[in-house]
Amino acid sequence: MTAFGKLIRTTAFRLTLVYLFLFALFAASLLAYFAWNTRRMITEQITTTVSAEVSEISEIYGRRGLRGLFFTIENRALRPGANLYLVTTPTGQAIAGNVGSLAPGVMGTEGWSETAYRRLDEQDNAYHRALVNVTQLSGGFRLLIGRDLEERRRLFGIVAKAAQWSILVVVVLGIAGGIFVARRVLQRIDAMTGTAQRIMAGDLSDRLPVGRSGDELDRLASNLNAMLERIEALMVGLKEVSDNIAHDLKTPLTRLRNRAEEALAKSGCEADYRAALERTIEESDGLIRTFNALLMIARAESGQARGNMDNFDAADVAEGIHELYEPLAEDGGLTLRLKTISTPLHGNRELISQALANLVENAIKYGKPDEPKSAEKGAVISLDAKQILIEARREGDQVLLSVTDRGPGIPEGERKHAMERFVRLDTSRSQPGSGLGLSLASAVATLHGGELRLGDAHPGLVATLVLPARASDRLAAPTADVPQKVA
Amino acid sequence: MRILIIEDDRESADYLVKAFREVGYIADLAGDGEEGLSMAESGDYDVLVVDRMLPKRDGLSLIGALRDKGNRTPVLILSALGQVDDRIKGLRAGGDDYLPKPYSFAELLARVEVLSRRNVGPAEETTYRVGDLELDRLSHRVARGKDELTLQPREFRLLEYLMKHAGQVVTRTMLLENVWDYHFDPQTNVIDVHISRLRSKIDKGFERPLLHTIRGAGYMIRDGIR
Repeated sequence: MTAFGKLIRTTAFRLTLVYLFLFALFAASLLAYFAWNTRRMITEQITTTVSAEVSEISEIYGRRGLRGLFFTIENRALRPGANLYLVTTPTGQAIAGNVGSLAPGVMGTEGWSETAYRRLDEQDNAYHRALVNVTQLSGGFRLLIGRDLEERRRLFGIVAKAAQWSILVVVVLGIAGGIFVARRVLQRIDAMTGTAQRIMAGDLSDRLPVGRSGDELDRLASNLNAMLERIEALMVGLKEVSDNIAHDLKTPLTRLRNRAEEALAKSGCEADYRAALERTIEESDGLIRTFNALLMIARAESGQARGNMDNFDAADVAEGIHELYEPLAEDGGLTLRLKTISTPLHGNRELISQALANLVENAIKYGKPDEPKSAEKGAVISLDAKQILIEARREGDQVLLSVTDRGPGIPEGERKHAMERFVRLDTSRSQPGSGLGLSLASAVATLHGGELRLGDAHPGLVATLVLPARASDRLAAPTADVPQKVA
Repeated sequence: MRILIIEDDRESADYLVKAFREVGYIADLAGDGEEGLSMAESGDYDVLVVDRMLPKRDGLSLIGALRDKGNRTPVLILSALGQVDDRIKGLRAGGDDYLPKPYSFAELLARVEVLSRRNVGPAEETTYRVGDLELDRLSHRVARGKDELTLQPREFRLLEYLMKHAGQVVTRTMLLENVWDYHFDPQTNVIDVHISRLRSKIDKGFERPLLHTIRGAGYMIRDGIR
């Protein structure tokens, strides 16, 4: 496609043509209206003056007779730029006036008519047009008074010329403007296309140029940039996950392999083999669990788990999890308390249950106070040292599902870090676990358009799933927060 | 029990056939969807174990075709897609149970046994009995011998499920799915704690324990002598 072909195919150029046509049409009708009105006004003016003169002269004729009429007409006819005058005898002979000749039959018709005429002092073929009035005077005389229409014709000519010029100027300027705008748009689109191609070629960090005008193209570009940001974040996340998988799955795999090798090398008895195999199965079960959790996080983060959304009560979810974990907590010397207010929620019930279960499991694992002591003064929630509280409530247009413990908590600086995949804070390294519990809970909250908030319970940790009450309304745009790199 | 395994991966299929035969069941093998469909239609199987991704005809469409023809043989779907929505898709297509890969044979066996029982078992009884333990599903009464036992609602449902499948192994995952209706995988031994509570109520102080732990598989309720 030639550059010009590309240019005239742009939307901007086509739009310009349409506007151009509409504007020309508008200008033409405006001029036509103007011309028509002017013509009417001039005609009206002529008839008024002529009518006045007719009655004036009729009156003179009535008062001073034919002689008076004759002198008045002859007198007026000689003035420069005068009206047309003609007086004829009953036999049709001209006796006064400045009209040389008229179209035939004009003098015969009384009242207004438009006619061609020639002045007495002009050449034989110098005919003009005029608007005339013929009046029958007493005694069979006829009086014609009229006015030349040259002025009207000239005005018309001016308007027509103005119309021609203005339409020409509109068309030329319009096409030039169209080309200018189309080229500008085309240049920007070409720049975007270029960037898009570079990005497709693998340079994910490139961004579309965004102008300062804030027009639709700039908004489009900044939206696309936000999308690229999100894609890059996902890619970084993916890379991070594969790095983490490489590290965190290879370690147990190596252990697994070592054990199998060791068992094979040692010529032990059947019991030894059995023990080695059992440990192998245990280890691989752990691996499968980790793997499942990773897949679940990936699906939640990519938004694939958005199917199976339904309406349910957040209090039911809290009660279900409380019921499931209550004996486990008790075994660990803790009490699981429940405080719920019926709160409707729209979302993936299974995922939200699992997220809450993860928070409760964490609280049971890490939520034991260092030394038995009662809550500090000014504690936000009245909770005994060995209690864990599951809470479901509504706050504005948010549904909060929180788990509060009286354990050591997480220092403020480490909270964001704690939600990342495979991150296990130093204090928890000794405990079994994959380091994926909080990341899954966080991914589930993000999927629903909410977030996982970790806070201080003075003392202890309060982990809260903050979910929008109508999660479905906000599912469209996941926030593009870039996951932090794990050192 | 006759089991048809429809699985295209030769090695895992052979392993399954061998493992099922070792526990005394008859197991046949079909290598693709079409073969599986015709064998399932002609053969008189108690349970079908169907892989979700198969050559020629995928697992879900195979189940759909079977169900359309009025074949009600219980189907267990095996799938590498273990997520919640995939499971629901599988069950909607007419599957009776869903097991994500990789699975342990103990888990598969327990589920297949429960499924086969579902197919031939009598209509839901109102009273379950195991040894001298008795559970009335209508009045929610549980008694061991002459002693009336007081159970929490969830403990009752747990015991009900175990007794419904008395003599069969039920795995932790099966309990979590059927008693609690959760399909995720807790990282802790949360089910074991519930079981030990239940055990302390029904077995404590009695000479013969009824609730047994099956190592590497799960739990089983049965009368000690069998």
